[in-house]
Amino acid sequence: MTTHPNLAVIARYADGGPGLDEATVWSVEVHLETCADCRARLAGSTTGDTRTLLDRVAADLDRGIAAGPAPVRPHRPWSAVRRRWLVWALLPWLTMTVVVLGCAVLLESVRPGLPSLVLLLAPVAPLPGVAVAWSRRQDPAWELIAGTPAAGLTMLLRRTVAVLAVVVPALVLAGAGTGLSLALVLLPCLAFTAATIALGALVGVRRAAVGLVAVWVLAVVLPSLVTAGLPVVLRPGSAGVWALATVALAGFIGARADSFRRLSSHS
Amino acid sequence: MMRMVSAAETAPTTYPWAVQAEGLRVRAGRHLAVDGLDLALGVGVHGLLGPNGAGKTTLMRALATVVKPAGGRLTLLGESVDGRADLRRVRRGLGYLPQQFGFYPRFTVREFVEYMAWLKEMPKTMVPGAVQRAIDRVGLTAKAGARMKTLSGGMLRRAGIAQAIVNDPEVLLLDEPTVGLDPEQRLDFRELLRDIGVDSCVLVSTHLVEDVVAACTDVVLVNEGRLVHQGTPDSLIAEGGAGDAGDSPAERGYSALLRRHRAEAGK
Repeated sequence: MTTHPNLAVIARYADGGPGLDEATVWSVEVHLETCADCRARLAGSTTGDTRTLLDRVAADLDRGIAAGPAPVRPHRPWSAVRRRWLVWALLPWLTMTVVVLGCAVLLESVRPGLPSLVLLLAPVAPLPGVAVAWSRRQDPAWELIAGTPAAGLTMLLRRTVAVLAVVVPALVLAGAGTGLSLALVLLPCLAFTAATIALGALVGVRRAAVGLVAVWVLAVVLPSLVTAGLPVVLRPGSAGVWALATVALAGFIGARADSFRRLSSHS
Repeated sequence: MMRMVSAAETAPTTYPWAVQAEGLRVRAGRHLAVDGLDLALGVGVHGLLGPNGAGKTTLMRALATVVKPAGGRLTLLGESVDGRADLRRVRRGLGYLPQQFGFYPRFTVREFVEYMAWLKEMPKTMVPGAVQRAIDRVGLTAKAGARMKTLSGGMLRRAGIAQAIVNDPEVLLLDEPTVGLDPEQRLDFRELLRDIGVDSCVLVSTHLVEDVVAACTDVVLVNEGRLVHQGTPDSLIAEGGAGDAGDSPAERGYSALLRRHRAEAGK
């Protein structure tokens, strides 16, 4: 900080600076910017004229502020802006998922003889949403986003969480409505989501989702509907295997995180 | 308009070229659109010329790290970006305007540029200022609050340029930026290019030879995925003879170079 100017200099500065050279005025001003004590001294040395002028300016400013436009509302949080596209793009797919699950619950109550449809559909329920969330066909700005540092696994996971935030509660409700074990509804669902992303690192998320849904429907859903029995993979003892698979797939995804840096031609 | 310059920006670079490609090969679908391209670009405005299907857009996408090169070496800002490199740091220094860029129609221009600034991982405190500056520089100040879907083609293009320059990129890639701009806006745009090209590497792909001659310090001519010519606009003009097709000296140089390259390739 510069040295404090003496009271006489401050008084003369307050009076409009008669007899002060420019260099002194500058150094006083620089000092005043950083020294509250000297500002207080300056306020004490002001003349009547200056005080009337200040009052007038203050009154004018108040009037101007009152007459001017209202202050702009602070920005909405980033997340709201960010998710707007995702919300609209996902809405039809998530609605479809929830409706299908609702139909499965209805069918179960009407035809109790069949194996639980909710249980059979739970693993693949989030997959359409995940595929849409990370697809260049659905995201109009994919080429812009693909070149930014934020593009990558974190962004894919954030979008996947948005899908799961809708699908998991729907599954919990459907499971509770039909009295199923929650672990057997949710763990396969998480394992399949992880598998989609893991496989997506190799062949693209959309292809991975389509492939996994096809394999699950052909290998598990159709046979169990034909034989009218619950498949081995969804019997109560298999929950541990599903949990293990989820953890293993998550580890694989972590190791292949850099595969999601580019939206390759097959995503 | 002024902005703060950080110490990192004024530090000397440790690499000879902002963009360096050696034997670069990039696929567009199955077709090898860029085939053995050697290119070295430093600070300045470089005009990328070439006929349709010469591989300009594919080259731009590879330089923007959107697609992975199929072979060869590509170094951006001193860091290798082929293979499985971590692209985050390089991408923070990139600005990219794709040829056809999608956008979220409900976003306003300001939200769009802000969103892109956020994706480019700019410090939160710098975003509002940088966004305003980018919008001012492309002349969209009066339209900053308008929704993207209400903009005309030229305004959209300028909004695209604004998002590309919002992070003051060291490498700026603009694919066909002058499409839809009226003659006056094109003059403003050339001014902006010269301004940015003072301290960053700008690569502008275009069909308009006169744009290149007027605004670029360097001409890069590609055909069938290979480099045909690189030099100053004057060197392009010098290639043309009286018998070559074209209405201006630069156009005659352009067609002479292409004709010679095709004749050599046909041998």
